[in-house]
Amino acid sequence: MEVECNTTLNKKTGLPRKRFYRARAHSNPLSDSHFPVPTCPAEVDYSIHYPQFDGLTKVQFADIGCGFGGLLVSLATLFPDTLMVGMELRDKVTEYVKERINGLRTTNPGQYQNISVVRTNSMKYIPNYFEKAQLTKMFFLFPDPHFKEKNHRRRVISPHLLDEYAYVLKVGGIIYTITDVEELGEWMKSCLEGHPLFKALTEEEIESDQVVELLTSATEEGQKVARNGGQTFPAIYRRIEASFLF
Amino acid sequence: MEEINMEEGDQTREMGVAPALIALDPTHQYVSVSVGSDLRVFNLREGCGVSLVDPTGGCMHKDAVRAIRFSGNGKLFVSAGDDKLVKVWSTESWHCIATVTSEKRVSAVAIDKGGRYVCYADKFGVVYALDTECFDGTNASLNKKAVPLLAHYCSIITSLEFSPDGKFILSADRDFKIRVTVFPKNPLDGAHEIQSFCLGHTEFVSCLAFVCNVDFPQGNLVSGSGDSTVRLWDFTTGSLLDTCDVGSKAGLSQSNGKDAEVSPAVTDLCPNFDGSLVAVAIQNLSGILLLSCNLSFRKLSIAKVVSIPGETCIPSSLGAALSEPMLWMIMGASSLRVSDSASLARVRVVSNFSGVTEQEATVVDDSDIPGGQPLLQKLQGSLSVGEEAISAAAEAVKTALRNLLIKKQYSTERREHRKCGRNDKKIKK
Repeated sequence: MEVECNTTLNKKTGLPRKRFYRARAHSNPLSDSHFPVPTCPAEVDYSIHYPQFDGLTKVQFADIGCGFGGLLVSLATLFPDTLMVGMELRDKVTEYVKERINGLRTTNPGQYQNISVVRTNSMKYIPNYFEKAQLTKMFFLFPDPHFKEKNHRRRVISPHLLDEYAYVLKVGGIIYTITDVEELGEWMKSCLEGHPLFKALTEEEIESDQVVELLTSATEEGQKVARNGGQTFPAIYRRIEASFLF
Repeated sequence: MEEINMEEGDQTREMGVAPALIALDPTHQYVSVSVGSDLRVFNLREGCGVSLVDPTGGCMHKDAVRAIRFSGNGKLFVSAGDDKLVKVWSTESWHCIATVTSEKRVSAVAIDKGGRYVCYADKFGVVYALDTECFDGTNASLNKKAVPLLAHYCSIITSLEFSPDGKFILSADRDFKIRVTVFPKNPLDGAHEIQSFCLGHTEFVSCLAFVCNVDFPQGNLVSGSGDSTVRLWDFTTGSLLDTCDVGSKAGLSQSNGKDAEVSPAVTDLCPNFDGSLVAVAIQNLSGILLLSCNLSFRKLSIAKVVSIPGETCIPSSLGAALSEPMLWMIMGASSLRVSDSASLARVRVVSNFSGVTEQEATVVDDSDIPGGQPLLQKLQGSLSVGEEAISAAAEAVKTALRNLLIKKQYSTERREHRKCGRNDKKIKK
């Protein structure tokens, strides 16, 4: 199984070849984690992730379940001064994204310095990585649908997990969700709609947001859906102030 | 499927033993104890035992009670545990006024400052709120539905606590986290606004308590953990103010070679009435460790160990009423195979539980215990408890806690072996 590191890279582009990073499509978020988890956000050493930044700049975008990292790569050049991190539970996929970013950094000097990836279970450890109101954008693109009702609690968007996402998002920050599974799309929309700390973006706001089209065009899953002529169901919400709770 | 069954098997084995618990009502009138499924209450003022009655027709607890608590005004008492029943009692009559069935086993309970909402947490990390105002006696069965308040993602919640001003509800879990959530005006709509996370423990958090004094009525949070530390927090920001390593103290009194590699867990905390001291129960420590707490300097320091003369007694739970400088402790467990009686308990009291240095905190002899022999007879079940049985109970409680809250470590081979039943691995062969 062990393949020498450099042969897993494409000779022309220097990017990793996907076939060496095949992983199972699903991973159980409920099982106990056996990878290191930072005790608190202050413990995360960002100088390793973003060596060309000053180490004080904080991550603002988080791509939860980043998969093979398509969205991060597109966003990197669109927001070159914003730090962003992908979070992925499957270790092989995380390795792939790491290699992909390294490859891009080597072939495009000075670029892609603002993206990185961590292997973690974001459903359990979001508060270990981000402080209160640190993030301005969170992405949940084509998450695992978990069709069975018994497994609904494994869904990455759920009423209780939204509390934690609202905690790490700044007021005004935006949560982007999209899926090609209609049932899941409705679920995510209803969870967000029912949450007092989130409000849907208006049609105009969605149209003027340049990130929105990347949701389908930049990600591997999105491209697959487009290839097959499938339909997608986005739900995009803004974090609002909790004025009426007290 | 196989894997799930196996895990369930593990769980029933390790959940067999529950520590005995003790709670005092705020006026120091009642001492309540749970040992296994048994609830025992003693009226200190009248010097007699209390019998608990359920006129609503609900059954008594059938399995180990995991959490007991009086409300801040002393009017309500709640008990809940492994039988998934949450029972709310009126302390006036000691009648059960409501029994609610939880979906999962209950691990912690708390009652809000107003004494209206009973909150309980289950082993899947969900905290529910129950409105006691809808129990009007006549139509009790109608609205007795608890609604989910908040959730930790699939982690066992070990402790629930309200802040002294009642504005926040705090929940601690097995994943080292303490979550501080704004307790809303109408909790039946859920508590969605997280104030902070207190992060710093490196093992499961086992207990939470608030230390308040005249200068700091809003109080600071103290927490105990499986990492052998007690930590002091500013809970509104989540910042760690001080860490006190208590493991070394516990190790001194009983150096057991077998346990050398695992740090003894803090199992319970109890602040005294003026906020100057915090009593700490630690696995392996026979007796109580007193920490002095300086809220102005934000410091915790080890004051002394109060040992118990003539017997080994590792408390499983602590209790105190805010009106009395007296610390109550219990040790014991339910369903031990080693002992002949099904469950056993030992109750001890520490007097002079105050920061005044002239008077030493000491363990009271059985003959001088408040309530005297009738109290011991009621709460312990018998006047004398064998020391061997007591140490066996301490050992069993320790193993049970460890199995329940510490993540299992598997070797690489074991992990590979567990994967061999997976479909994608089978195809390759």
